Amino acid sequence: MACDSWVPKLDAYLDGELSAAETSQLDAHLRGCSACAAQALARVQMKRALKTAGQRFAPSAEFKARMRAQLAPKPVASFWKLAWAFPAAALALLLVTVLLTGLSDRRSREQTLVSELTDLHVSTLASATPVDVVSTDRHTVKPWFQGKVPFTFNLPELQNTGFQLLGGRVTYLAQTPGAHLIYQIRKHEISVFIFPEKALPAGFSTSPSEQHLAFHVATFMEGGLRYYILGDTTPADLDSLADLLRSAASS
Amino acid sequence: MGVSAEYLQSGSFEELALPLFDQLYNFAHWLTHDRAEAEDLVQETYTKALRGFSSFNQGTNFRAWMYRILRNTFLSSRTGLKASATQQLDLEADSAPLPETTDTVTPESILIERSNHNLLQAALEELPVHFREILLLCEVEEMSYQEISETLTVPIGTVMSRLSRARAALRAIVRPKLQRT
Repeated sequence: MACDSWVPKLDAYLDGELSAAETSQLDAHLRGCSACAAQALARVQMKRALKTAGQRFAPSAEFKARMRAQLAPKPVASFWKLAWAFPAAALALLLVTVLLTGLSDRRSREQTLVSELTDLHVSTLASATPVDVVSTDRHTVKPWFQGKVPFTFNLPELQNTGFQLLGGRVTYLAQTPGAHLIYQIRKHEISVFIFPEKALPAGFSTSPSEQHLAFHVATFMEGGLRYYILGDTTPADLDSLADLLRSAASS
Repeated sequence: MGVSAEYLQSGSFEELALPLFDQLYNFAHWLTHDRAEAEDLVQETYTKALRGFSSFNQGTNFRAWMYRILRNTFLSSRTGLKASATQQLDLEADSAPLPETTDTVTPESILIERSNHNLLQAALEELPVHFREILLLCEVEEMSYQEISETLTVPIGTVMSRLSRARAALRAIVRPKLQRT
């Protein structure tokens, strides 16, 4: 294309407003045409000079402060002023608490654990296929885990207990593979998680019958395996299922 | 020529408006030529914007909205009325074809020297307000044509032709001054 058809487009080109197709055509033209390239250079220099020259007036500090005060909503401002008076004291208190007891850290890890188990429980039940092995028969479910998790375990006989086994799947906690079994009692689903105790990070145990949101958790260790029983049923239900599992594990 | 995502903001009025403060002041001072008037203009802009913030469509271009309020406030002020009354003729020429100068002399290149900084500022001062504002929006605020179009409430075609005209007018003022130096 001839120069006189490109010159009117130079400004849009330098403003970055030319279409991609025209931009690459003009790029090519500028590489071969020194007259247009000189024009483009002059305009770029003008743009740069204007950018600096136009940045000329700054508001006075006094005006800026006045406007800032005017814009800040008054009640919020005074609240924050008050709130800022305390953080040093609050922080010191917090530090002392943490240092003296060392409890906060452990508690928070337990909370994390319970949250993770709750998430696993809820997301599994919400899934279209909650279990990978669908069976009420413990003699079907237990062998299914062989070769899928690096340990073996026994499951209890459930006759006349009110509990029913729905099935199981492989799950992970802290990068550790484990067994996730789903039981049911009176329409309440209960998750049983079994992990090798050694593979779990320190502090990844929890006191029995902890509560998290509407879920209860019971836990015990038997034969090097850590069991977590979690569900929205009563703590008594969880404890009796825990007892069944424990006696099956130790038999 | 879509509106880029960085301008599509939502948030509280303060969060959106305070970062624009210095730039809006600079623009106001260029329009009014006077510090006290510029302060009044910025203050009125923020007051109006705060009052109208509930009607501001969150997610649309907040910066263009603020500049539009500032500019409309200026144009309806006494200084603004006086400034814009003198240039109706320039504006009517927006749609006329633009004679493009392709002279081989390129005095603009000399402008990068520091000594010519003041000369360029003086030339900007001399420009009619509609040319001055569009050059500031494009070169200093680095607004896209779309944003300028929203700020000035004119079509993009008008933005392009007015920009060309403004640049030609600026060159016309600068050139003889450079030749004198």
